[in-house]
Amino acid sequence: MSGMDTRVAGGVGASALRPDGTLKVTGEFAYSSDLWLDDMVWGVTLRSPHPSARIRSIDVTPALAMPGVLCALTHEDVPGLKFHGLDHPDTPVLAIDRVRYQGEPVALVAADHPERARRAAAAIVVDYEVTEAVTDPWRAAFDPSCPKVQEGGNVLRHQPVRVGSVFEAPVVVTGEYEVGMQDQAPLGPESGLAVPAEDGGVDLFVATQWLHVDRDQIAPCLGLPPEKVRMTLAGVGGAFGAREDLSMQIHACMLALRTGRPVKIVYGREESFFGHVHRHPARMRYEHGATEDGRLVYVKAEILLDGGAYRSSSPAVVGNAASLGAGPYEVPNVAIDAYGVYTNNPPCGAMRGFGAVQACFAYESQMDKLAEACGISPVEVRVRNAVSQGSRLITGQVIDSPAPLAEMLRELEAFPLPEEPAAGGRDLRALPGGVAQTTHGEGVRRGVGYGVGIKNICFSEGFDDFSTARVRVELAGGEPHVLVHTAAAEVGQGLVTVQAQIARTELGIDRVTVAPADTRVGSAGSSSASRQSYVTGGAVKAACEAVRARLDKLAEENPGLTLPELLERSGPVEETREYRHRPTYPMDPVTGQGDSHTQLALCVHRAVVDVDVELGLVKVVELAAVQDVGRVLNPLALEGQIHGGTAQGLGLALMEEIQVVDGRVRNPSFTDYLIPTILDMPPMRVSILENADPAAPYGLRGAGEPPTLSSTPAIAAAVRAATGRPLPRVPIRPQDIALPA
Amino acid sequence: MPERTHDITLTVNGVVRHATVPARRLLSDCLRHDLGLTGTHVGCEHGVCGCCTVLLDGEPVRSCLTFAVTVSGHEITTVEGLAGPGGRMSPVQRAFAECHGLQCGFCTPGFLCTVTALLRENPAPTDAEVVEGLSGNLCRCTGYQNIVKSVHRAAELIAEES
Repeated sequence: MSGMDTRVAGGVGASALRPDGTLKVTGEFAYSSDLWLDDMVWGVTLRSPHPSARIRSIDVTPALAMPGVLCALTHEDVPGLKFHGLDHPDTPVLAIDRVRYQGEPVALVAADHPERARRAAAAIVVDYEVTEAVTDPWRAAFDPSCPKVQEGGNVLRHQPVRVGSVFEAPVVVTGEYEVGMQDQAPLGPESGLAVPAEDGGVDLFVATQWLHVDRDQIAPCLGLPPEKVRMTLAGVGGAFGAREDLSMQIHACMLALRTGRPVKIVYGREESFFGHVHRHPARMRYEHGATEDGRLVYVKAEILLDGGAYRSSSPAVVGNAASLGAGPYEVPNVAIDAYGVYTNNPPCGAMRGFGAVQACFAYESQMDKLAEACGISPVEVRVRNAVSQGSRLITGQVIDSPAPLAEMLRELEAFPLPEEPAAGGRDLRALPGGVAQTTHGEGVRRGVGYGVGIKNICFSEGFDDFSTARVRVELAGGEPHVLVHTAAAEVGQGLVTVQAQIARTELGIDRVTVAPADTRVGSAGSSSASRQSYVTGGAVKAACEAVRARLDKLAEENPGLTLPELLERSGPVEETREYRHRPTYPMDPVTGQGDSHTQLALCVHRAVVDVDVELGLVKVVELAAVQDVGRVLNPLALEGQIHGGTAQGLGLALMEEIQVVDGRVRNPSFTDYLIPTILDMPPMRVSILENADPAAPYGLRGAGEPPTLSSTPAIAAAVRAATGRPLPRVPIRPQDIALPA
Repeated sequence: MPERTHDITLTVNGVVRHATVPARRLLSDCLRHDLGLTGTHVGCEHGVCGCCTVLLDGEPVRSCLTFAVTVSGHEITTVEGLAGPGGRMSPVQRAFAECHGLQCGFCTPGFLCTVTALLRENPAPTDAEVVEGLSGNLCRCTGYQNIVKSVHRAAELIAEES
């Protein structure tokens, strides 16, 4: 049967182009903020100006009196359950009797024009009684006199890891480290369109990372059965974790159901900073003990993650920080305590790297200290302690697929270094400060640094993590055609390309369409944890295999017929499959032991920087990375993920921080929250290894997050090497270099 | 009191368009809401991200920092107008699609407009000139590596086709 030739072009391993690429370059791709219906009205959210306050009263009548206003809603108007949440429904749809963070939603307005809606929201009178804001996570966790942000206490999870009992060693290095609050800053703001339906339900078109978990939170709050909340993924302008929690979803549906009109909500950039969770800022104390030749004897650590006012995904973030808290190194004795705490700071949750990023900065900084104390190179100290296949993680879990960290480091080290520029006559554009002419080369020092990261792929700790795919083969214009339907969110990462590649490879049919993601098919799980190629890829593969088995049977029963002839006779052949990765297990609450992860991924970075040590300005000259992805599904898209993840790690190292003072965000704009420009991001050198994980589809290993881990400590180490400063905090600010305390 | 409005006439992507707008209507909102051209994206509303970049008489401008009334009588090119006769994608558009110069694509229309103007001024830019020329456009997904490649590829396509 010629149609079953699996060598079809554009299959797994090819640099197939994005099917949405054309629409994205012609301007026709409809992002959630572009949706439009002629009879739609606009929703706006009134938010708390205070990090902590009681609400005495809310008066919406001034808003209702304004022209063009259709309705103004408060918590009293929430039709069903008044709380939602990813892990636990603790987050009010609209504040009830108190607010716990600046920016918490308090009331909603729908009006016929966005400006009228904004003015009306501003006219709502909320009588607040300001209360003491808990803003110091240390105090929140450990001071019994500290007010409670949530009723159950301020520690939302404490996860210890305990291995062995030897906490003495010839060489001991200690450090206290901090990671600032990073924002995902997807360029597309939170937005969507809710359309009331005749059956009393609602159709919601929205940019999100996981349609079904949204629906599972939305429907109870609307007092509707899930089948009456029909969701379709609108075009997503980046995510990076920012779209895991709900933002405007329930609000738009409430307004649509109340007004009977389609309601569009689009956040502006400032509101976006308040409308999604951020990366947890962290304070960490580490102590590493080692032999004189740099072999680890023990790691002790205390990791404190500020979760802000609500739970979001903080418990899982704490689990990652604990289980990966010593990095990809063999350590016989471990005493780690990771804490997530409630404060009245902005809520924190998912961002690319998810709990592994913060610890990575600390343990890698420690490894450099250890190298120095032992008089060996940063690469050597890492190689001497590197895990490999068969090693035990600190949770006792055995790494049962290739983990060639030492080889990766050796390859990275062997990359040629960029040339040191000759003194004098330097191109200003290549210097720190650039054409601002802050230096002509004087005071500029070069530094090189290394970083290593380990990230769990897919959901961990016993989560029932699965995806669903429906695959249909039928004749279209006399030719076989494949339709792949999943609910998996394409957020820019390229999943839509990979799904089609898998179908081509499995079915040998080159004409493949990936249907829009919606809730008419089963859950795909989240586009997070670097899991979609693995889990939705696995589901598409399984559904294709089931379709192929039926086609093979048809062919057997009808010898001599071509695939089009078979399909002509049989009609469409369709199968739906769920795919699960190997089960994972909870961490022991006392010892942290357990096979909590299903897959682990490694990435290593080398950074070369030039630093103007007098002004504290940094120019990253080159970034090199080696990553083992098991099996490359799409080289072009994979490199793009590594480049992009690396850039976000650069941002955390040098510039990205939400500055929070007394619970208030001081820089909710792109003028003041800096993300790397093309001038900040140097050329990259990338080497990709393919040591397959036999447990995963095609042997692949999730790839999106690991580069975000290792680039940050590599850059910090390079800046330390250039300046001689300890730099225990990222992002590194100019004053940390030029004006150390 | 109803807000005073102004009748304006713009040539957008070669087509004469009329709109009635208040003086403070942003060009970005005018394009997106009044004229229905949602290919121009708004990422920050204050001129930092570059997503809203359009060509004003051929020169890149931030449409979120431009009042629509100030460009009445002028020619605007948006991403929807970059394609050639018969809707064939321009070399810059093709290069970005071909070189994976985009992921989520939200920033792409702004980059395409900026690059179109850049290559008209400098048909064979060096890496340093590309980076300098695109420093006013943010991308959060790609780490810019494939954007640089896309610009060089677009320069090649333009050279081949001229």
